[in-house]
Amino acid sequence: MSLDKEKIKNVAKLARISVDEAKVESLTKDLNSIFKFIEQLNELNTDKVEPLTSILNQSLRSRKDEISDGKIREKILKNSPKENEEFFVVPKVVE
Amino acid sequence: MTEITRQSLNEIIEKVKTKKISSTDLTKAYIKNIESAKKLNAFVTTTFDQALDKAQQFDNKPNFDQLLPGIPLAVKDLFCTENTKTTAGSNILNNFIPSYESTVTKNLWNNGSFLLGKLNCDEFAMGSSNETSHYGNVINPVGDHLVPGGSSGGSSSALAADLTPATIGTDTGGSIRQPASFTGTVGLKPTYGLCSRWGIVAFASSLDQAGPMTKTIQDCAIMLESMSGFDEKDSTSINKKNEQYSKNLKDNIKGLKIGIPKEYRVDNMPKEVDELWEKGKKILKDLGAQLIDISLPHTKYALPTYYIVAPAEASSNLARYDGVRYGYRSKQGKDLIEMYEKTRSEGFGDEVKRRILIGTYVLSSGYYDAYYLKAQKVRQLIKKDFDDSFKKIDAILTPSTPSSAFKIGEKTNDPVSMYLNDIFTVPVNLAGLPALSMPAGVDKQGHPLGLQLIGKALDEQKILNIGYAFEKNCGFKNEIKKWWS
Repeated sequence: MSLDKEKIKNVAKLARISVDEAKVESLTKDLNSIFKFIEQLNELNTDKVEPLTSILNQSLRSRKDEISDGKIREKILKNSPKENEEFFVVPKVVE
Repeated sequence: MTEITRQSLNEIIEKVKTKKISSTDLTKAYIKNIESAKKLNAFVTTTFDQALDKAQQFDNKPNFDQLLPGIPLAVKDLFCTENTKTTAGSNILNNFIPSYESTVTKNLWNNGSFLLGKLNCDEFAMGSSNETSHYGNVINPVGDHLVPGGSSGGSSSALAADLTPATIGTDTGGSIRQPASFTGTVGLKPTYGLCSRWGIVAFASSLDQAGPMTKTIQDCAIMLESMSGFDEKDSTSINKKNEQYSKNLKDNIKGLKIGIPKEYRVDNMPKEVDELWEKGKKILKDLGAQLIDISLPHTKYALPTYYIVAPAEASSNLARYDGVRYGYRSKQGKDLIEMYEKTRSEGFGDEVKRRILIGTYVLSSGYYDAYYLKAQKVRQLIKKDFDDSFKKIDAILTPSTPSSAFKIGEKTNDPVSMYLNDIFTVPVNLAGLPALSMPAGVDKQGHPLGLQLIGKALDEQKILNIGYAFEKNCGFKNEIKKWWS
């Protein structure tokens, strides 16, 4: 299958990455060559193969749902690009 | 005193223990080297004042029983370090100062070492040449026109140039082993789950593993012992007793069965790589190991599988960079969605964007079965190839890379040719196995080449032992001339 410019713009929209119109052409070319490479997998018949979902021989552990941390609001807010007392600030979302 | 930095980690530890050098003088020697090696661009951040303080503290109250007594270490800038900027080689994290320490670095510090600085790497560890970093290309000390490999390129460059006695990297598809091979150093990717992923900037979580990069096999054993161990904070961490890899290191490999996979002889592979592989086989045979021809029939499908699985996981992991809670935020963007889109467009480099788009596409509705599910099935077949082979052998010997270090800019315009660099390293990540790259010789231009030993899950000790025996009999010496200072 091949990816056209429109499809790439749509995927970029889904990924929340704005793509320069000027770069769409070269991106399309690169992604098509990568997909051509990936599609070698279609040579293989995998009808009877179970998908591998975990490489570990153990199942994931569970633990008690207890608070082991906390009272670190300042630490968490420290790296925020914009904050206001105890909140992260984003551009206005409601009128 | 300048010569101390040329020595192995193990020799340096001995010198510190016998008080032939103080931690402070050792640290100063590395600082001097780092300051005169700016051309290599191996460091993103240095922490000299903090390191000298720690060295002084050690000298005032030394504890020589630790594995890494008073040893300064630089680490890949993918490990979160408390109160020290952590960029992952990306513009989107150019101002990120973690308020916590990764488990692996914490383990290193608990064993007596301290941070010397943060090493450059490909952006989010996506690259094979350290040319995707926002902080510029790293240069290979082997030659001023050569890449150091990637993604742990700052790590391999700094180690080979004597800017740190040992270091750590991360390996998702070869990012420790390939740069080790390109710089004539040792690199180990441990079994998936042996080293905690907690506090490491995530790329592809089912493949990512941290591991040591060192000058010798013994150093590698010391570092692995220091950094590994069970961690409750990583849900895929393996709960088992810590091993004493360095104490248990043995060079007797008589009777071990070494598999030689026929699929690792690829088209257009330079003759020298093949000859080196032959040399490696002969050394192991002369040491009493038994060589056994094996087949890993799905090898050629490993890279295509990887380029579905890794971008899919990356697109999901990197969704967190939205300009809200930490990292870079675009000044543009009238509303929330536009702010996200501009932030991610300005914050990520081209290779990262490419992989996020591939990942988003293969996971999108209508395509999931054709790509992601298919890749998971082929991953099963690749793992089964190894499982079947390991019923009759102890380890596998292959070349680490299909070529020696290539020129800066040589492969940047063709993503697929760049990806092909990892052809021998990627299958191991898909199967979750441990693998070691060890220096074995040079090509006709004098550039180092490595051989790879692949082990069974959690069989690190055995591949370290084989590597140890190999190293003693190989006669490789890294002859890097100091052209950069």
